[in-house]
Amino acid sequence: MSVAIVIIFLTALGALLLGLRARHGHDMNLEEWSVGGRSFGTLLVFILLAGEFYTTFSFLGASGFVYGKGGAAYYILAYLTLNQVAGYWILPGIWRAARRDRLVSQAHFFVRQYDSPALGLLVASVGLIALVFYFVLQLKGLGIIVEIASYGAIPPALSVWVGAAIITAYVMVSGVRGAVWNAVIKDVLILTIVVFLGIYLPLHYYGGYGALFAAVEQAKPGFLVLPAKGNGVLWFQTTVIVNALGGYMWPHMFAAIFTARDARIARRNAVVMPLYSLMLLFVFFVGFTALLQVPGLAGDDVDLSLLRLAVHTFDPWFVGLIGAAGLLTALVPGSAILTAAATMLANDVYRGTVRRDLSEETVSRLARAIVPFVTLVGVFFTLKGGTTIVGLLLMGYNFIVQFFPAVAFAVSARNPVTRQGAFAGILVGTLSLVALTLTGTTLVDLVPWLPSMLSDVNAGMTALLVNLAVTGMVSVFTQPRGALAASEN
Amino acid sequence: MYLRLLSLVPFAGLLIGVAFANRVEPRVFGLPFLLAWVVAWVFITVAIMACVYRFDPTNRPDDGGDARR
Repeated sequence: MSVAIVIIFLTALGALLLGLRARHGHDMNLEEWSVGGRSFGTLLVFILLAGEFYTTFSFLGASGFVYGKGGAAYYILAYLTLNQVAGYWILPGIWRAARRDRLVSQAHFFVRQYDSPALGLLVASVGLIALVFYFVLQLKGLGIIVEIASYGAIPPALSVWVGAAIITAYVMVSGVRGAVWNAVIKDVLILTIVVFLGIYLPLHYYGGYGALFAAVEQAKPGFLVLPAKGNGVLWFQTTVIVNALGGYMWPHMFAAIFTARDARIARRNAVVMPLYSLMLLFVFFVGFTALLQVPGLAGDDVDLSLLRLAVHTFDPWFVGLIGAAGLLTALVPGSAILTAAATMLANDVYRGTVRRDLSEETVSRLARAIVPFVTLVGVFFTLKGGTTIVGLLLMGYNFIVQFFPAVAFAVSARNPVTRQGAFAGILVGTLSLVALTLTGTTLVDLVPWLPSMLSDVNAGMTALLVNLAVTGMVSVFTQPRGALAASEN
Repeated sequence: MYLRLLSLVPFAGLLIGVAFANRVEPRVFGLPFLLAWVVAWVFITVAIMACVYRFDPTNRPDDGGDARR
């Protein structure tokens, strides 16, 4: 038992030291702290993006989703792939704008592209809400991982506080560089472990993949594919669209592109990244194995399936190693999220709307001072809340995908969207999402003549359509003045 | 541009394709057909995007600055 705790503890300590050391040799001004001085090459950008894409969600959430919903989980592999195709076309434009205007955050992009601090404030607000969702997801995962891998010796509340304190410390010192250096360790460890688990566990329990899937199909017919209702084909399609378009709209993913040294790096990564997402395939194998080997998990507990199976199968030292990898998958995205959130609060909310005259240096110091407060908000909601990991993530995606139309148009050759159009679209899209979610309204309730099968359309998709319509209409009416000229250069 | 149209192919394969691939049989390497379909499209997408990258004219010159607006 204690072996596992020692391994997890040493990993946490190592992450802290590596994160603190990451600032070594760099003068930490705002650009350096938030976007690594725009100096990262292809490999570092790849590691940063992979570090941010493959989080506790890929580890626990995906196996939990397979355990709970079966074939519906394949949507993850599909959207990660299409997300890169979309990224290939929009990322270079985002990078160029960032380089030209020395942007440090996503909201900053909107302020400059649409020449509107008000739009920046709106984007920062929606982005911050979504980031808190994502941050809570990481901390929640962290608590689960450490609790199970320590065989119950460390309660979630304790590990959440300690983990949060570690990221806060190294983010304040090193910013995005702290995230990227821990991501190097994390990606090597997680890839090795996930591939091992995905190969070993099915072989150990069933002797092969064919036997595994045959057993699942026999125990739960239809579980390996999409069901006719609920998480069916239409749900799959609309969810994949929302997540594929939304993937790079996360404020911390968006800012990760700014770290690249040149625009080709973004394209190259977009080509290769889908191969890395095949890691999820091995996570699926683990989830399906867990289904019949550690049965009986329900509700929120499906997220425990991978770890329960690991504890059930392996010696404590290996469980400790899995716990350590899991810990890093929470810390790395957590630190990128903290950096992005604090940068937006200091640069776009405070400097953008309250004190325009602040110097770069003051904003930089302010951003670092804000970090602990963002952490506290995250810890508060983590210790309070429920819902599964995938539930939280889907919710966050529905919010941030509302940025997509305004971003995609902003990087196109001639932008027909005005600042009023972008503002109204994002605002109405977000508000309609909140309304749809709180009231449980579906597309069919709104437009009664549509066939009832359309009730499985993802709420984020419905809100995105509303957003597009509003963006278009308002842009038409505000066309002569406004952002058209500003976006031209 | 034709290159852009080419990158719509993965969307067609994964979004429209699943409606027809949503079945367990035939198995491919033991995997249910739907899962094998999705995995196959990951590889096809990488192949397509590698071609797009190869022939994308913006990748030729040093695209480090504001060359193309």
